[in-house]
Amino acid sequence: MRPLLVRAVARSRDRALAILFLQTAIAGAPMSDSGLPGELRRAAPRPVYLNLFRIRQPIPAIVSILHRLSGAILFLIGIPLLLYAVQQSLASSDSYASLQATLGRPIVKLLLLGLVWAYLHHFCAGIRYLLLDMHIGTELKPARQSSFAVLIVSLVLTAIIGARLW
Amino acid sequence: MVARIVVGAHYGWKDWLAQRATAVVMALYTLLLLGIAVYRGGIDYASWTALFAHPAFRIATLLFGLAVFWHAWIGMRDIWMDYVKPASLRLTLEVLTVLVLVAYAAWLVEVLWGPAG
Repeated sequence: MRPLLVRAVARSRDRALAILFLQTAIAGAPMSDSGLPGELRRAAPRPVYLNLFRIRQPIPAIVSILHRLSGAILFLIGIPLLLYAVQQSLASSDSYASLQATLGRPIVKLLLLGLVWAYLHHFCAGIRYLLLDMHIGTELKPARQSSFAVLIVSLVLTAIIGARLW
Repeated sequence: MVARIVVGAHYGWKDWLAQRATAVVMALYTLLLLGIAVYRGGIDYASWTALFAHPAFRIATLLFGLAVFWHAWIGMRDIWMDYVKPASLRLTLEVLTVLVLVAYAAWLVEVLWGPAG
């Protein structure tokens, strides 16, 4: 979260831009902006265009948001299912066998595959972040390449495990 | 006049570090489990329960679980902080997250040391 002061400045700057825009629109011609600070004069003609779904995200951004998404999936679904599965697998040989039967159902396998992907993506992207923390691969090109590798490696490993599941 | 540093409150760096340390613990446990499965050429009921009969493996599993829960707390809190603007809703979600994670931890202890385990 940004500090209060920065947010306040950003808010007042947005307001100044909005007023500038309205004045320009009403006047129908560029107004005299000699009274404005240089930063605002330069910023004025640029459109504010922040629709997340219409901005083409770079690959590291996609890997980053998938890291969050996979983490949330693991927290909400992965952990309780894993605890349940380990509990059933240890309780008795009967419950072990019935767990195996449950995991063998196609719909459960599909869910499992999704969770496996979430784990693998989170794992691979996490290792990438650890490397970035150690200042390895922080330049633009290797950073793009490594995020592409994270996407591909986690998908390929998911496919391999999926092939073994079926 | 008191000299105050107005930038970089430094709160949060412990969480940042904990996120990394717990990640390494989880990665090591994952590799350990994978190594055991490969070494034994697969897992069946007998070898699986024998593995969990080992006190050292139970403790390693508990450490893994605690790393997961701590890691999940920091991650989920970051998500709530970034996307949930109303403070009351955010606080509610954070408290629920803590409760869920403590419940997960109790469940794990029961699985590892409970009567059924």
